[in-house]
Amino acid sequence: MGREVSESCVDSLLTEIVSTYNNRFYANKPELAARRIEAIGYQVGHQLSERYTMERPRFSDHLEAIKFICKDFWSELFKKQIDNLKTNHRGTFVLQDNRFRWLSRISTDPSVENTESQDPSAAAESKASLATMHVYFPCGIIRGALSNLGIPCAVSADISNLPACKELLLSYSVLSFYDI
Amino acid sequence: MAPVGPRSGDAIFANVERVNAELFTLTYGATVRQLLTDLEEVEEVNKQLDQMGYNIGIRLIDEFLAKSNVTRCVDFRETAEVIAKVGFKMFLGVTATVSNWDADGTCCSIILEDNPLVDFVELPDTCQGLYYCNILSGVIRGALEMVSMKTEVTWIRDVLRGDDAYELQVKLLKQVPEEYPYKDDE
Repeated sequence: MGREVSESCVDSLLTEIVSTYNNRFYANKPELAARRIEAIGYQVGHQLSERYTMERPRFSDHLEAIKFICKDFWSELFKKQIDNLKTNHRGTFVLQDNRFRWLSRISTDPSVENTESQDPSAAAESKASLATMHVYFPCGIIRGALSNLGIPCAVSADISNLPACKELLLSYSVLSFYDI
Repeated sequence: MAPVGPRSGDAIFANVERVNAELFTLTYGATVRQLLTDLEEVEEVNKQLDQMGYNIGIRLIDEFLAKSNVTRCVDFRETAEVIAKVGFKMFLGVTATVSNWDADGTCCSIILEDNPLVDFVELPDTCQGLYYCNILSGVIRGALEMVSMKTEVTWIRDVLRGDDAYELQVKLLKQVPEEYPYKDDE
């Protein structure tokens, strides 16, 4: 095992990146904030996959590369593999992580929660939008990693199942990407 | 039986959740790079990094106090030692040393020889004037402010600028007396 730092370092940094771009630089333009946060992730994914594939032979096809992302790459970052990989065999892959660390500690605004009894959909929406800002970074990481492996792609995250969780912790996410 | 009293930085670091440092280092690097692209002015990037650090510091102090069991420091000398030996260790996994005290014990240097933020980093000529690790000074300032100490933290030496170590000067400006939200007789 190489050098390590406390998990709080990464957590604090990610929280602060989101807050800097989403609340300070582009307070009224979430799509611009999202693009910047994704770009930071892209850079990180690109460099990490370069490092983690240094001693490997070239991947023979897309599936090989995607399996590498699900197993080795994910394990390096999160100490666990992707839980489920699905594909439609036409270039769309869906990666599912049931306990995604970076979303597991996001809590919601208590003032919104109090209104939950009257309007559950509003509370669900607020939880989803807060979490959305936090998925651009991992989306960028995957896009950067795959593009470094020669697979240009679009990556999007689906956390629509989140509001179904009874708990306040968000623990379910699906990352999917489409081959273009 | 849990030990009573302050815990050593090594003991805390061994027990916290840890992650791959490359992820942290590269994420920080990519952030600095994105800030340079977006803000263009190096001075402005220094300011933002410091602000980000400050925001992190004011939250991180809670975790620090909760996990380290440190008791109130008797003076600023002890505070500096605790930051260097426990604070740096429990979060970044490295220890720092404290030196260059002034006569009245309100200004010292925290010296870092091993700095995980800068693995893989080289600064191009266009980044002259950038304090790459400025987030660290912000973290210290923010954390100390939460325990009633107003400080000024400045970089004295920086390996990325050709020096032989990272040296942060921490100057105690004033100690703000704690204000309780209640009166004695209530």
